Amino acid sequence: MTNSWTDIKNTDLVVVMGGNAAEAHPCGFKWVTEAKHHRGAKLIVVDPRFTRTAAVSDYYAPIRPGSDIVFLMALIRWMIENDKVQWDYVKAFTNASFIVKDEFGWSDGLFTGYDEQKRDFDRSSWDYVVGDDGFAVTDPTLQNPRCVWNLLKAHVDAYTPEMVERVCGTPKDRFLKIAEMIGECSSKTKTMTSMYALGWTQHSKGAQNIRGMAMLQLILGNIGVPGGGMNALRGHSNIQGLTDLGLMSNLIPGYLNIPTEKEPDWATYLKSRAFKPLMPGQTSYWQNYPKFMVSFMKAMWGEAAQKDNDWAFHYLPKLDVPAYDMLRMFELMDQDRVNIYFCQGFNPLLAAPNRGKLTRAFSKLKLMVIMDPLETETARFWENHGEYNPVDSAAIQTEVIQLPSSCFAEDEGALVNSGRWLQWHWAAAEPPGDAKLDTWIMAQIFNRVKALYQTEGGVFPDPILNLAWGYADPNEPKPDELAREMNGTALGDVFDPKDAAKMLTAAGKQVKSFAELRDDGSTACGCWIYSGCFNEDGNNMARRDNADPSGLGVHPKWAWSWPLNRRTLYNRASADLNGQPWDPERPIIQWTGEKWEGNDVPDISPTAKPGEVMPFIMNPEGVSRLFSRGMMRDGPFPTHMEPFESPVQNVFNARMRGNPVARVFESDVETFGDASEFPYVATSYRLTEHFHYWTKNNVVNAALQPQGFVELSVQLAEEKGITNGGWVRVWSKRGEIRAKAVVTRRIKPMICDGKPVHVIGIPLHWGFVGAAKKGWGPNSLTPYVGDANIETPEYKAFLVNIEPAVGEAVS
Amino acid sequence: MNIPVTQATAATAVAAATDSPRTAVSNPPVQPMASNLGQAAVVRSSAGGPVAEQPTALTKVAKLIDISKCIGCKACQSACIEWNDTHPAIGENVGLYENPHDLTDQMFTLMRFAEYDNPDTGDFEWLIRKDGCMHCEDPGCLKACPAPGAIVQYSNGIVDFIHENCIGCGYCISGCPFDIPRMNPVEHKVYKCTLCSDRVAVGQGPACAKACPTQAITFGSKDDMTTLAAERIEDLKGRGYANAGLYDPQGVGGTHVMYVLQHADKPSLYNDLPDDPSISGVVANWKGATKPVGLAAVGLAAAGAAAMALFSRGNRVTVEDEREAQLLVRDEMDSVPGSTGRDV
Amino acid sequence: MAGRQFSESTDEILSLRPVEVRRYVTFTRINHWFTALCFILLMLSGFALFHPALFGLTALFGGGQTTRWLHPFIGIALSVSFLGMFVQLVHLNILRREDLVWTAQIGDVIAGHEERLPELGKYNFGQKSVFWGMFWLILALLISGIMMWYQYFPDLVSVETRRIAIFVHSVSAVLIVLVLILHIFAAVWTQGTLRAMTRGTVTGGWSWRHHRKWLRELARRQSSKPAE
Repeated sequence: MTNSWTDIKNTDLVVVMGGNAAEAHPCGFKWVTEAKHHRGAKLIVVDPRFTRTAAVSDYYAPIRPGSDIVFLMALIRWMIENDKVQWDYVKAFTNASFIVKDEFGWSDGLFTGYDEQKRDFDRSSWDYVVGDDGFAVTDPTLQNPRCVWNLLKAHVDAYTPEMVERVCGTPKDRFLKIAEMIGECSSKTKTMTSMYALGWTQHSKGAQNIRGMAMLQLILGNIGVPGGGMNALRGHSNIQGLTDLGLMSNLIPGYLNIPTEKEPDWATYLKSRAFKPLMPGQTSYWQNYPKFMVSFMKAMWGEAAQKDNDWAFHYLPKLDVPAYDMLRMFELMDQDRVNIYFCQGFNPLLAAPNRGKLTRAFSKLKLMVIMDPLETETARFWENHGEYNPVDSAAIQTEVIQLPSSCFAEDEGALVNSGRWLQWHWAAAEPPGDAKLDTWIMAQIFNRVKALYQTEGGVFPDPILNLAWGYADPNEPKPDELAREMNGTALGDVFDPKDAAKMLTAAGKQVKSFAELRDDGSTACGCWIYSGCFNEDGNNMARRDNADPSGLGVHPKWAWSWPLNRRTLYNRASADLNGQPWDPERPIIQWTGEKWEGNDVPDISPTAKPGEVMPFIMNPEGVSRLFSRGMMRDGPFPTHMEPFESPVQNVFNARMRGNPVARVFESDVETFGDASEFPYVATSYRLTEHFHYWTKNNVVNAALQPQGFVELSVQLAEEKGITNGGWVRVWSKRGEIRAKAVVTRRIKPMICDGKPVHVIGIPLHWGFVGAAKKGWGPNSLTPYVGDANIETPEYKAFLVNIEPAVGEAVS
Repeated sequence: MNIPVTQATAATAVAAATDSPRTAVSNPPVQPMASNLGQAAVVRSSAGGPVAEQPTALTKVAKLIDISKCIGCKACQSACIEWNDTHPAIGENVGLYENPHDLTDQMFTLMRFAEYDNPDTGDFEWLIRKDGCMHCEDPGCLKACPAPGAIVQYSNGIVDFIHENCIGCGYCISGCPFDIPRMNPVEHKVYKCTLCSDRVAVGQGPACAKACPTQAITFGSKDDMTTLAAERIEDLKGRGYANAGLYDPQGVGGTHVMYVLQHADKPSLYNDLPDDPSISGVVANWKGATKPVGLAAVGLAAAGAAAMALFSRGNRVTVEDEREAQLLVRDEMDSVPGSTGRDV
Repeated sequence: MAGRQFSESTDEILSLRPVEVRRYVTFTRINHWFTALCFILLMLSGFALFHPALFGLTALFGGGQTTRWLHPFIGIALSVSFLGMFVQLVHLNILRREDLVWTAQIGDVIAGHEERLPELGKYNFGQKSVFWGMFWLILALLISGIMMWYQYFPDLVSVETRRIAIFVHSVSAVLIVLVLILHIFAAVWTQGTLRAMTRGTVTGGWSWRHHRKWLRELARRQSSKPAE
């Protein structure tokens, strides 16, 4: 989230699209009801199903799964056409005026540079024209036909309300009503917030869905302002922490990159990370990249990381592919190229796509290690559970070791919520039985591996042998030790760069924040964005003062928010070019004439003059991007792409299947079905009664929603002879499930491209272990295809068929 | 010695806290508080059970359920199960979101989901109502109950079942205008929402209100809740719900659980919430006239009969009658043609 | 063989001087008193649940729960027992023309002027009324009682119907107790009656006075048996 949960109460309009906040984030959703009750805010829901969020909405519109980009681009078109643009914001704070290379273009659904063989774009033309001075060329008058604004206008021109009706199945009048409601938020004193989740990410073009809304928010001037922002609702209590700490396969903590094979040495690695400002006087904060990276290497390898060995850069693995994400790893397992799979807090047998493939892949492993507080299906993938898991146990030779770990209430540490708050919590109970803390388990494994390297040697033992492990008890690093490590420590005295005589932090002390990190080896920091969480002031994450002096939901002394306890990212953009808040009623920071101050920590240098230094300090251009250059693999603007399995063809290019650069493996292509065989669109989701697959183990949750079901319209049920509460069989090219039918008026058929499209909703939760009734997850059906940029599987739009089934499944 | 002072302070604190209905969202008292919902606060008791002679005059409380804020997440059900330590069965899906499918002796509250195509706006609506005991000011269950003290009403309005006095007849189930109480088939005792009387008694809000993430359920004094409801109704009217209103049915004297309804003109849209509930005339008659009249009739009849039996002469058989009988028997026996004698 | 219109086959004149007539055989008397016992228990337990003032009666049964549990079972026992009575007695309780006359002259009944009344069979209209009153009320109590029997039939009827059932049950209970009072009163007031249900016999005078047609038929029956 750019903003915080508590900030949602400041909004005037909540748009829930690509998510179902009330259902999946009921506790956070309270801030929507706050905004509605106390600010008179309106709530719009756009979703294939009339969801529980829709139940409390002011306006609802249906949309065909996977057609969101059309809806969003059409909204942008409508805003431009009807002059619902926050012009001051767009002109000053976005790259609307930047001139784009002449070579860039778009036709037949594709941007320039597509290579069908490689399934990739040559993105070199997707960039600004850069002048001889090294700065981007702009036209502040927005007259130049090659400026971003005019290219955007041309790009969205095809997305008319009629096109929305044709492609999305959304009735035109509903679209127009929503456009009008949203258009009101182009006012400087009205803001809209976007709340989304996996409804947008779980598509082969998920990142582009989010881009679409982010662009709309920029056009309305809603980024960085109270009650605005792009708010990704995270599906786990600590999934934000997971990404922050670099559990993505291509990242290291703090969104730094694991080097690739093309970056074999430190100098090469830094070369592409110079982040020279593209506009004069801009911050381009990533220029500090080396400081964060060196401090990270010092945290990792301490004394072994020295300037003369390039901070032990050679210890880091070098990626031969862009990412070893989940889909690639399971594909490699299926190719019999993986021996051991460590599975920590994850239940891929129900969570990853195409369950049949997963069972096959796991069966080829030599060893699978499960670290989980709960019994999972993955740990039992080899066990025959009748039709619920019809495997031949004798034929599976994989050894499975289960290491019981602790639940959240049994350990101490910080959970990072969607709003980037690191909230410390304390153990309420001891882990039961043989269960151990994850840190204990990991330390045991590390110490044993290290001992093996010490006694037996190895090809490259140094990264293991030299790993900094200065914990009081090497067998069990404590949460506060780890947190202090992430905050960072001064290894030598740290001085003010502007005043070499002024010592900021003495050696051995915790650094105050990442501003004190250095690239000379005098600081160590495990995760630069967390720097400040546990400094000499103590454990700031454990703060519990819920005072809110401004009344704007800032709560500056409640826990700690990264970065620097800043609650709203880009908050400099909440004020105009003179540094005064767009909405005087909701001031979070303002320019006093000398410096920035206010209710939140300014997201800019405190003395950066408002007319000169632009708010988007992480970007070299200092402004936000309506045109995202070559940052995304599938285009600088979102363009309509159908799901890989779609009931209709892409209106721009009938030959195009899905996202042309999405993550697809050769072996999976033949497992995609088409509408002739599988005429119905399916979409997956979780239910508010459940938390993913965990709550199968809890009798209360199981009682509240006990049995697997699918939801379908009254019309489809009639057509197929399906009765409410009866059994159905749902199948795709990859597998089948059986479930109870919930026939409902909450799902209605849509008309897309002249033909009716029926949607079948398939909730997840049920498996073959736990207290709930046995069942199947939607992943028995879903296609093995991932988003082009972040490899998230396409769970939200795929094709199935359905028929009535008889009798209860046996197990 | 400062013990008396300490005691005095403690007493003052308790006194201040004795009657302080709190909204579920405010922080509950940190200091332990003596329960204020004992016999001393009982204003009504079933079947002539004991009531306090001078009941503690507690502020009337109410739970307000704002349907326009309810997302149907069932956190209230979950909290209810946890707090009351009940064990609803893991059932089946029968094509509905309601689980369990109905209120049970193990499930005192239930989200009920109604699908509604609003003919006035053309919009579809999903009306989600948390069902459970309404805590009527004039409770039909209490009226119907034959067991003294099995159902009581406290001065704050809460209607509570005192299970040690429950005899399991189920009359309360028939007496309830909202179809709420449920029989435990093993214990043969009837259960329903207590409005968390055990929590409210010590200054805490009901568990459901505490757990409700959107504050669709709030708890406090009935006056405060009515005021809050008015605020919500105004908001809803501003959003086009012209008939938004408060459900506090006067047919049962008002209730201590109230709803904010978008369509207060049609409560039955919400899964058959009674439009105008009252204690059934049948129940009222049964518990009203029938009892005294019936008892009086029986008493009078018995007394009259006894008096007559004691003081009147009665209908006696005389010696004459005996003789007549002998004559008759003899004559009859002999009069039969072909008689061969007396078969005596 | 004379016809048997007004008597049971087991009714019999046992002696002539004085005349003594068997009115009820042992089985019938046990049946009656068992029914009566059930009735008393039902009345006590029912009253306990009928009016709060009488709830104390539950103590006789070991508390409210037991009373609630026991009452319907006793009701079933009574119903079965009464059915036995019913089968034995029903055909002589069918209304006849003389019952109308009897009813029309109820004043004479109360005043004891039976000589002004027509001769009667085994039962007069009052007794028949008790019989049929008991029958219909027990039937009503049984049906409504089963509807109320939550322990075994929780879902038999709707709440609305159950409310009516409870009402019917209460009203029927009051009525049947009134019938009982009438029954006992009549038995006591009409002296010489009680021994019919204790010893099983009545005197000839009693029979002559109250049920002359019955006595007459018995006498005729007993004289008509062919000698061996």
